[in-house]
Amino acid sequence: MSILGTRVLRTEDPKFLTTGGVYTEDVVDERLGGAYHVTFVRSPIAHARITSVDVSAALEAPGVVAVITGADLAELPAIPPAAAGLINPAMEQRLLATDKVRYVGDAVAAVVTEHPYQGEDAVELVQVDYDPLPAVLGYDPEDSSLLFEAAGTNVGGYWGDPSQLKADLFDGCEVVVSHTIVNQRVAPAPMETRAAAAVWADNGRLTAWIPNQGAQGTKAEMATRLGVEASQIRIITPDVGGAFGAKFGADPEHVVVAWIARHLGRPARWTETRYENLIAMTHGRAQQHTVTIGGSRDGNVQAYRLEIVQDAGAYPRIGAVLPMLTILMTTGPYDIPKAEAIAKVVVTNTTPIGAYRGAGRPEATAALERAIDLFATEIGVDPADVRRKNLLAPFTEPHRTAFGALYDTGDYVVALDKALAAADYPALRKEQAERRASGSVRQLGIGVASYVEITGMGDGEGTPPEENATVEVHPDGTATILTGTSPHGQGHATAWAMLASDELGIPVEKITLKWGDTDLIPEGGGTGGSRSLQQGGAAVQQAAQELIEVAKQRAAAELEASAADLVFDKTRSAFNVAGDPEASVPLTQLAENERLVIRTVFSQPGATFPFGTHVAVTEVDTETGKVTLQRVITVDDAGVVLNPLLAEGQRHGGIGQGAAQAFLEEVVYDADGNPLTASFADYPIVSATEVPSYELADMATPTSYNPLGAKGIGEAGSIGSTPAVQNSVIDAVAHLGVRHIDMPVSSRRVWEAIRAAQQEHGPRAGSEHS
Amino acid sequence: MIPAQFEYVAAQSPAHAIELLTEHGDDAKLLAGGHSLLPMMKLRLAQPEVLIDIGELDELAGVTADGDDLVVGATTRHAALAASELVRAEAPLLAYAAAQVGDPQIRHRGTIGGSLSHADPAADLPMALVALGGSVVIEGPRGSRTLAADDFFEGYFETALQPDELLTAVRVPRRPGVPWGYQKFVRRANDWAIVGVAALDGRIALANMGPTPLRATAAEEALAAGASAAEAAARAADGTSPGEDIHADREYRRHLARVLTRRALQHETG
Amino acid sequence: MTRIELTVNGEKRSDDVEPRLLLVHYLRDVLGLRAANVGCDTTSCGACTVLLDGKSVKSCTVLAVQAAGHEVVTAEGLSSGGQLHPVQAAFRQEHGLQCGFCTPGMVMAAVGLLSENPHPTEEQVRTGLEGNLCRCTGYHNIVRAVLAAADASSGGGDQPGRNPASAEVTA
Repeated sequence: MSILGTRVLRTEDPKFLTTGGVYTEDVVDERLGGAYHVTFVRSPIAHARITSVDVSAALEAPGVVAVITGADLAELPAIPPAAAGLINPAMEQRLLATDKVRYVGDAVAAVVTEHPYQGEDAVELVQVDYDPLPAVLGYDPEDSSLLFEAAGTNVGGYWGDPSQLKADLFDGCEVVVSHTIVNQRVAPAPMETRAAAAVWADNGRLTAWIPNQGAQGTKAEMATRLGVEASQIRIITPDVGGAFGAKFGADPEHVVVAWIARHLGRPARWTETRYENLIAMTHGRAQQHTVTIGGSRDGNVQAYRLEIVQDAGAYPRIGAVLPMLTILMTTGPYDIPKAEAIAKVVVTNTTPIGAYRGAGRPEATAALERAIDLFATEIGVDPADVRRKNLLAPFTEPHRTAFGALYDTGDYVVALDKALAAADYPALRKEQAERRASGSVRQLGIGVASYVEITGMGDGEGTPPEENATVEVHPDGTATILTGTSPHGQGHATAWAMLASDELGIPVEKITLKWGDTDLIPEGGGTGGSRSLQQGGAAVQQAAQELIEVAKQRAAAELEASAADLVFDKTRSAFNVAGDPEASVPLTQLAENERLVIRTVFSQPGATFPFGTHVAVTEVDTETGKVTLQRVITVDDAGVVLNPLLAEGQRHGGIGQGAAQAFLEEVVYDADGNPLTASFADYPIVSATEVPSYELADMATPTSYNPLGAKGIGEAGSIGSTPAVQNSVIDAVAHLGVRHIDMPVSSRRVWEAIRAAQQEHGPRAGSEHS
Repeated sequence: MIPAQFEYVAAQSPAHAIELLTEHGDDAKLLAGGHSLLPMMKLRLAQPEVLIDIGELDELAGVTADGDDLVVGATTRHAALAASELVRAEAPLLAYAAAQVGDPQIRHRGTIGGSLSHADPAADLPMALVALGGSVVIEGPRGSRTLAADDFFEGYFETALQPDELLTAVRVPRRPGVPWGYQKFVRRANDWAIVGVAALDGRIALANMGPTPLRATAAEEALAAGASAAEAAARAADGTSPGEDIHADREYRRHLARVLTRRALQHETG
Repeated sequence: MTRIELTVNGEKRSDDVEPRLLLVHYLRDVLGLRAANVGCDTTSCGACTVLLDGKSVKSCTVLAVQAAGHEVVTAEGLSSGGQLHPVQAAFRQEHGLQCGFCTPGMVMAAVGLLSENPHPTEEQVRTGLEGNLCRCTGYHNIVRAVLAAADASSGGGDQPGRNPASAEVTA
């Protein structure tokens, strides 16, 4: 009986549950003895010239060893914007701001102290004089106040060419609906904030502990920023307390901490506060969408246009590139004959935007699913029926979309119907109708969202996505796996052990996974974009299989038999001559004289495309606008499931975050660019009381792209749930004339929408529209 | 994240606490549960030079009956108040309000005296005390005084307490069996109220509709004149001065005050 | 500096501390008990939750000096003899943790919750954990874990008033 596909409990857990994970701040290492602590001085103003920085008072404070400013780092190059060819190259960032600050939280100086408490005391004594400039905010920022004078504009660049949009795209459509909607800025807010610990050896080599999503990428970026050879850097990845896309590479702070350690000849450590995390860790989403959808009155969608404005924040980082992925997924799982999409990237005096669970793809789905619902409402057809009518027919051969995405396998209508059946959709509509007829204060809303998403996409440089794994069997009966992935809660230690165990016949508990140490594993793609199982896991399986082949040769010599006559018995983890179980040799014995270790690279033809449908049920108190999320029912088909326990956990987490964006979370700035949601008291990160238990339906359409049949599951939950929840709240008050409410669909927004609809249409009772 | 430095003294008795307050005046703050004060100090919004810890003074904790009143010691924790059989029987609105404060961990530490002295207009206990028509007992170098809740809250995070005074107890009228209602409108479960309403026996108190907990006097007058709950509630926002923030503007707050007052007058909790 | 004496995980401790030293930093940096984590600045997230005289508290909002004369139990002190505490075992069984950062605090909050309400409903579990934030799990399995621990402590079987958190639906 194979262990694959079973609910193996995590081997990681006993440690996490008893002594706790060892996160970067927890790391105790003799190399870090006597470490100094770094505390950053950050701009309290969104846009200003720095006229002076006076550190003299801070230098006198107890325990202060040094105060570093941008001037001290002049030798280090500025950070170019992401996609510097496409994005205006003048939009670069200094490690510590020198002439200008461009967002509240922009780091201006770093105070170095013996004890962290002293750092908090001393930062207050650093005197920075700011000459304020008008703050640039919103999706249509004026060029009267420029973030980057040398750029001459606050438009960073375009994805696609606006002049190529076809004026006649919607010709022939009986119905055309257009709306501008916002996919609001949210904060990834992992429970572990960012941190670093750095020390330079006498030989000039840096060892840095940094919570990250791929040590190899972090190392490369650190090398570039510090101006050293990559070989001079070792990145060690401690336990990471969540990342959600915001811990890739190296942030300016990581570089500054490492620089300080070299400059002062002592180890240096840093852990950001939650306030810093909420204003200086990259934010997510922040796209405005103008959607136009057209089709026939009986429900065929014939044309769709998506015009995106990406607010990249103050410095264009990954967020400036994500619209490319949004555009790639423009038409989602639907068969839409004519579609086009473009994106404009703007800079504003706000926190830079980075990747956040789904990274560009939730945005595409959210826009499309709102458009589908707007179309459905306009023509008076049930939104589930409109979807069913327009979803692509099932395919097992790859299907290429007009936007260049090559979907591997898909069966979208089945996913839709499965989700609707699991939700008992007709019963929900019946209850909704009853409540509408009775004019109940508490109305019911049902929201549907179908999606397809891209996972494991590789680096887009034309090379097929790949990952490496090394598997070693030891004489003592244990095994070690080295992976290029970088788990931060996903459970790779257990999952990769399952894959190796299934090939080697060694129990999961005896298999150890290592990752995230660039001296041990120089190459790797990390964990993000839901790539790890399909590429990293497949690599582990492949390495174990190759190891068995090598071991078989040794066994043949050992047993003085021909390799062709040997079988590997997984239940005993031993080779024996076929038909003669006594003539056997254990696998581990074959590691005694010579190391039994294989490194392999698994390469996949391309990205894979998981898909699904989410159904959300919300109750809206029409007197107060209060939204209560009652049910979320999902189908998330990511192919063959290796460990249902882990897969469900990923779906739950994604659903929680996705739902939270729909009705709860939002980063808010005032008109001067001051963040108003810079603590967990103000930023409403979802808690257990706002969400229900989720209802997961199973569906697994394998991919042929890897032997596991697996696609990526990590982000799917956050892609389907956001529009499902948003649509459900709007649906709850649609009979009152409400057509759209932007996210987060807070009680205030619902109440205002109801009021606006009543003013426009007059008070309505009972059911009228669908 | 870390408070500024301060001196710490553990008071040996309430009298000792008053001596210390007299000695240090404005430089000192009392520490009981610390769950109003310490969060402010960690953000450096408060930087007292001296903290006088009264959290260990058992004589300041506990609930007793005294004639027509319940007497609640100032350092009684919210969790203890919420669980007190006596309070649940005789002043259930108070027990319910205490159970709404923050989350379980906060309720294990926070005290009624601390919460009332902190005087956050969005908080549960100040509103509850006003609805109950309770009073606070204050001790100081000039002797003892009792102040009605209506007179205790003076402004935004300001009370009638002088720097050298100690709130030692809270008195609450015993009203067993009298119907009451309580509404706390929040975005997330352990948030402060966007708007709160507590109603008991013709008294209606509002949270977060002004710089202090307010009486909805127009609504109370309407009730007294025989109006229905709905009619009276329509006047709930009269005379209030709600603020604007990320949760709500003035108009939404006024609307919520009316809806929630109607529900509270119908003896609903939520 | 102030001298404090207290009991932590059953052991007597005596240390000189700055008055402003937070209990969470005392536990982590002075005693080396690093399971409790600091996750926020506003007493919101509960990652620092420990038991103080048997009651769950947020150790970031307790001064070490306030704990003098009292008993503190941290996640490290829950298990004994290499055996997981029933709540810890339930978290493992139900996959109630992913990155683990919120977990020690969540477990301590759950222990506190169950000590006061041994047979909570699902709703009571969710409200009982309103002071603990998790970004990874969506709370679903955490709730299952606490309900499972409640069941286990009573010898199993359905309890009145307990609504099982739904799991898979096959359709």
